[in-house]
Amino acid sequence: MMAVPIGHYLALAAVMFFIGVIGVIVRRNPLVMLMSIELMFNSANLLFIAFARVWLQNAGQIFAFLVITVAAAEAAIGLAIIVTTFRPEKYVDVDEVRSLHG
Amino acid sequence: MIAFWVLAIVVISSAVWTIAARKPVYSVVALLLNFAALAVLYVTLSAEFLAVIQIIVYSGAILVLFVFVIALLSSGVSPFATGPNRLPKIWLPAGIIVLTALALLVYAVSKAITIFPRSTGPVGTANVFGSVADFGTALFTVQLLPFEVTALILMVAVIGVITLGGEQMAESPAARRQEAKADRSMREAILREGYD
Repeated sequence: MMAVPIGHYLALAAVMFFIGVIGVIVRRNPLVMLMSIELMFNSANLLFIAFARVWLQNAGQIFAFLVITVAAAEAAIGLAIIVTTFRPEKYVDVDEVRSLHG
Repeated sequence: MIAFWVLAIVVISSAVWTIAARKPVYSVVALLLNFAALAVLYVTLSAEFLAVIQIIVYSGAILVLFVFVIALLSSGVSPFATGPNRLPKIWLPAGIIVLTALALLVYAVSKAITIFPRSTGPVGTANVFGSVADFGTALFTVQLLPFEVTALILMVAVIGVITLGGEQMAESPAARRQEAKADRSMREAILREGYD
């Protein structure tokens, strides 16, 4: 039925997820960190859709839809925090932010 | 199979480009390529509706938000102060790479349609796996709870963003002056027309 075995999709999603993890760990730019988080969301989505195709259950697609919504909400709130936290014309580095420490 | 490998290479290389790019704008462009390749991958997995949603929501909304914030954070530097821009020296190889990626994506889609033929029924009929009708039926009947949770999440996001933006507006004296002026003119208008 499927020309590509599911293991390939698993491997691709794992590679993508770890690229995202490396991006969050290595990069100090908040925008790039948010984009890395988006990469991780998308690797999860890929697995949802691949497994939905394997078992022909559309619950996986519904939950991929849910994840897309969560990613949109996360991007909106994260970018709002970036805009309110970092002033323009300054080098942006998450390690220099102290206002969220409580 | 070929389609999968081509798409996998595009996805992984663009993901690496996303986290390795020096400037955030380049990261956004790489992420756009990544999302487009993933959307094609979704089509090969017979999730056409989600592929379209991926393009609309991610490439259309989220990435535009990213570009917006990048523009906002770098808005202090006037583009006219740096003189007229020229195309950078790498425009030819960059254009070739982009066009090649586009051709590969088109090729992958054409292969995907032959690799994964429809299992049951012609295109457009209901109850074909992954069709909009199938997806929508499941979303509004069996999977109603995730759908409602989605609505709740979006509402929380809207309230959170308004709260964050409202704080910033209340802090800036210009906004406060503006608000006071609007308030005063409103009061004057009310006084002119009389209370009712």
